[in-house]
Amino acid sequence: MMKAFFRALREASLSAWIGLVIVVGNALCAILAGWIAPYDPADPVGGLWEGFTAEHWLGTDQLGRDMLSRMLEGGQLTIGIALAVTALAFVIGVLGGFIAALGRGAVDQVLSRIVDALMAIPTLLFALLVLSVMGTSVPVLIVVIAILESTRVFRLARALALDLAAMDFVEVARLRGESMLWIMRREILPNTTLPLMSEFGLRFCFVVLFISTLSFLGLGIQPPAADWGGLVRENAQAINFGIAAPLIPAAAIAILTVGVNLVVDWMLARQGKAMLERPA
Amino acid sequence: MIFKLALRRLALGVITIFVVSVLIFSVTELLPGDVATAILGQGATPEAVAEIHRELDLDHPAYVRYGRWLEGFLKGDFGNSLTTNEPVSVQLVPRLMDTLALAGLAALVAVPLAIALGLLAAIFEDRALDKIISTFSLATISVPEFFMGYLLIIILATNLQLFPSLALVEPGMGIFERVYAMALPALTLTFVVMAHMMRMTRAAVIDVLQRPYIEMARLKGIKPWRIVIQHALPNALGPIVTVVALNLAYLVVGVVVVEVVFVYPGMGQYLVDAVSKRDMPVVQACVLIFALVYVLLNLLADIVGILANPRLRHPR
Repeated sequence: MMKAFFRALREASLSAWIGLVIVVGNALCAILAGWIAPYDPADPVGGLWEGFTAEHWLGTDQLGRDMLSRMLEGGQLTIGIALAVTALAFVIGVLGGFIAALGRGAVDQVLSRIVDALMAIPTLLFALLVLSVMGTSVPVLIVVIAILESTRVFRLARALALDLAAMDFVEVARLRGESMLWIMRREILPNTTLPLMSEFGLRFCFVVLFISTLSFLGLGIQPPAADWGGLVRENAQAINFGIAAPLIPAAAIAILTVGVNLVVDWMLARQGKAMLERPA
Repeated sequence: MIFKLALRRLALGVITIFVVSVLIFSVTELLPGDVATAILGQGATPEAVAEIHRELDLDHPAYVRYGRWLEGFLKGDFGNSLTTNEPVSVQLVPRLMDTLALAGLAALVAVPLAIALGLLAAIFEDRALDKIISTFSLATISVPEFFMGYLLIIILATNLQLFPSLALVEPGMGIFERVYAMALPALTLTFVVMAHMMRMTRAAVIDVLQRPYIEMARLKGIKPWRIVIQHALPNALGPIVTVVALNLAYLVVGVVVVEVVFVYPGMGQYLVDAVSKRDMPVVQACVLIFALVYVLLNLLADIVGILANPRLRHPR
């Protein structure tokens, strides 16, 4: 297993390497944020919007707080919440999709029509609508975005499971009298891990953009905490003085999305290759 | 055959609009307990709670309220704002006009530009120009809207000083002044929607260019640009129009963010303010209008797709 992994790494293209470095770098920064941050992200330690200096690598923000420390803390929030949302979306979407595909009939109809209704208008509009009633808090954000994103996961999981449900080994398991849950866990899930994993990467990107957009609009993570979208909002005024401070967190979001996309492309390419090499 | 399909799609569109309107209306029913206290917080005075009850008409059953809400909406009456007590329609209509102007301007630039660049990329498939266009469109897809907006402000407004950084439009402005003020947000929106349109145009034209009749035209010695304009483009038009309509629907989301970046006084900004103030009648009216535009553009895309499909036009 490990050996195959290292062989895959050796064979990876340059773009895959760039993607991997970005993803691993972001993950490490998010995990270690509290230890490697040079200053307390809540402390004003300099003047307002200082440029890039040896003391403050990314300058300071609108209250003179160290931008690098704020970025590390913000990255932890953005990545952490996005991971939680994506994971929850996958639990809901995959479970729902498998149940719809295996249950067929009325169950499938009901679940599919609910998903159709949720997908009829842009997710941002739905999120704004629900947040205006429920108010903004981290748990509400996680659940609302996860439910909205799970609709896409549902569609994919259902399509994958429908293909598999027609296969002989699923039929055999069913005739053997295995329960639906057993079939889902032992027959369907192992055969859908690769496409689901690449979808996880893409969904994660969408969720990062989604949360950042909400925070940028002032409806996501609330101050004094700030994720990357929130940091863009806080520093937006700087742009009028020709200072690029809001571009730093915005660029971090863009780089993370590109990195995850590159890794997903690599995974999909390898998946295609594995399919071709598989003995018939 | 073809009209039956189009009619069926139309009927589906009407059902979708109905379901969406029910969803938007019933979101206030989501909360356990009283909406008014949820919005105002526990320390609300009884008068304020009663006021919201009256405004949202909470003393009647939900289906009665839905009927009244929909009836009002059709008559252009969206109820009163909870924060200003003014009728929502009075505040909404000028903002809607401003948003339509912004989205329209962006579409006016984005659609011809995207089709032209997509065609160029298809003609020069896999050559330098195609690679440049494709890389550029990939880059614009993966960045958030606000990144694009602030990048354009830094480059075009603060450094080159070509355009104003804030899009302040006022009632008495002339058309050129107005377009000048809207230039940067419109350009941002253009970038946001252009990439997908461009890529799909390229894909559609390349698909057509591989057909035998194009090969035939080529063998007859017809000039490459004439092949593309006269033979390939008409046959790729169906998918292109579909893609254009789908991406214009995406403007609905883009416009919300872009208006906030440029402090543009449109409906997106109005919606975001209303959400943070939890002004339900305003939120519901804005979301319903945005959703209507989105659903209608999707409907248009599908119906054009059906009508433009030559296989469906001549039933066997």
